[in-house]
Amino acid sequence: MPTVTDLIVILFSAILVNNFVLNKFLGICPFLGVSKKLDSAVGMSLAVIFVMLMATAATWPIYTYILEPRKMAYMQTLVFILIIASLVQLVEMVLKKFVPALHKSLGIYLPLITTNCAVLGVTVLNIDEKYGFIESMVNSLGAGLGFMLAMVLFCGVRSRIENSDIPECWKGIPITLAAASIVSVSFMGFGGVIEGMIK
Amino acid sequence: MKKLKILLNGIIKENPVLVLVLGTCPTLATSTSVLNGLGMGIAATFVLLGSNIAISLLKKVIPDKVRIPCYIVVIAGFVTVVQLLMQAYVQQLYKTLGIFIPLIVVNCIILGRAEMFANKNSVLDSALDGIGMGLGFTFALFCMGTIREILGSGTWCGIKLTADLWDPITIMGMAPGGFFTFGTIIAIVNKLTHGKAIKKKKIACAGCPSHGACQAEAEGGC
Repeated sequence: MPTVTDLIVILFSAILVNNFVLNKFLGICPFLGVSKKLDSAVGMSLAVIFVMLMATAATWPIYTYILEPRKMAYMQTLVFILIIASLVQLVEMVLKKFVPALHKSLGIYLPLITTNCAVLGVTVLNIDEKYGFIESMVNSLGAGLGFMLAMVLFCGVRSRIENSDIPECWKGIPITLAAASIVSVSFMGFGGVIEGMIK
Repeated sequence: MKKLKILLNGIIKENPVLVLVLGTCPTLATSTSVLNGLGMGIAATFVLLGSNIAISLLKKVIPDKVRIPCYIVVIAGFVTVVQLLMQAYVQQLYKTLGIFIPLIVVNCIILGRAEMFANKNSVLDSALDGIGMGLGFTFALFCMGTIREILGSGTWCGIKLTADLWDPITIMGMAPGGFFTFGTIIAIVNKLTHGKAIKKKKIACAGCPSHGACQAEAEGGC
């Protein structure tokens, strides 16, 4: 069993140090595409956190109790993407039927998530890191919160870019990437924070 | 002549990374050095070629309503083949690229080509398109890798260039350098094409499986 300290370390390093977007380059498409308005950035991130947790809760037991004992670990990629794709469909249908209000706010982001590499990434990383079930769930939560933090912060940066005078060829994606690079530098500052925190 | 055009289309005119800005995650993550970039590019080219051929052959069998899940299964199959081959023959590279090999499944270049090209065209054309797009991806990774490796670690393909005369700019090899290099390259492409590249991003968005939900299309690309 992992101790509480272990879990806190996993959570915070997933949020700050190994930030999925700014450090591991996972989920760049929604990060660039849906970070223009604050409400859509928050909606997208909530949907990502939700799907990440669901996907981990589904893929970890299937890998550990079905694939691995039967020496079928090589089927990991194929099985995981199928689970995630069907899970997203299922979540969408359930939300539509039972929680229409939530579906209205998160629903449009759900199809975007099937092909979001952050979701598949976190499930594969949990297996690669040999995390147990609880550690995996905490890591996924941290990854999702880190995604949200990056999205919300970056949304603020982008609203500033909107109003500034940019050279023609840098408009659009190039300046967004340059801004992302600076935000990413700021996240490098968290490097030693976790080690210092638990000492 | 037409066949040549299909092949060259992906390498220059509609380069998936530099012009259409697809597949940003692996581009940023694996271009830390030239060899990593080339390895990733070749792996993705293989998957793209295989999936384009398979999907083009199956285009009459796959029902329209469930085509995206079908494409994903085909692509995931080829990715597994690549994973097993790489584990057997280039284990070191497989370890360095790590998670980005299984993530080829969700690379929007591959799904985009299946949706935009392979399900409408003949097998030969789809194969050529797959090779062209794959080479375009590899070329972009090669450029990014060259810039980042020379600036970031002072080497090129592992050959030492600086002769210890000055310190390399380590940050270019890390995450911020990746974003910045990519941004600069796209700005240069925009400048060279006089803004024509920006219009092409609409084609890319039409091929993206989630473009219905994405607000980026209205704003001129991801």
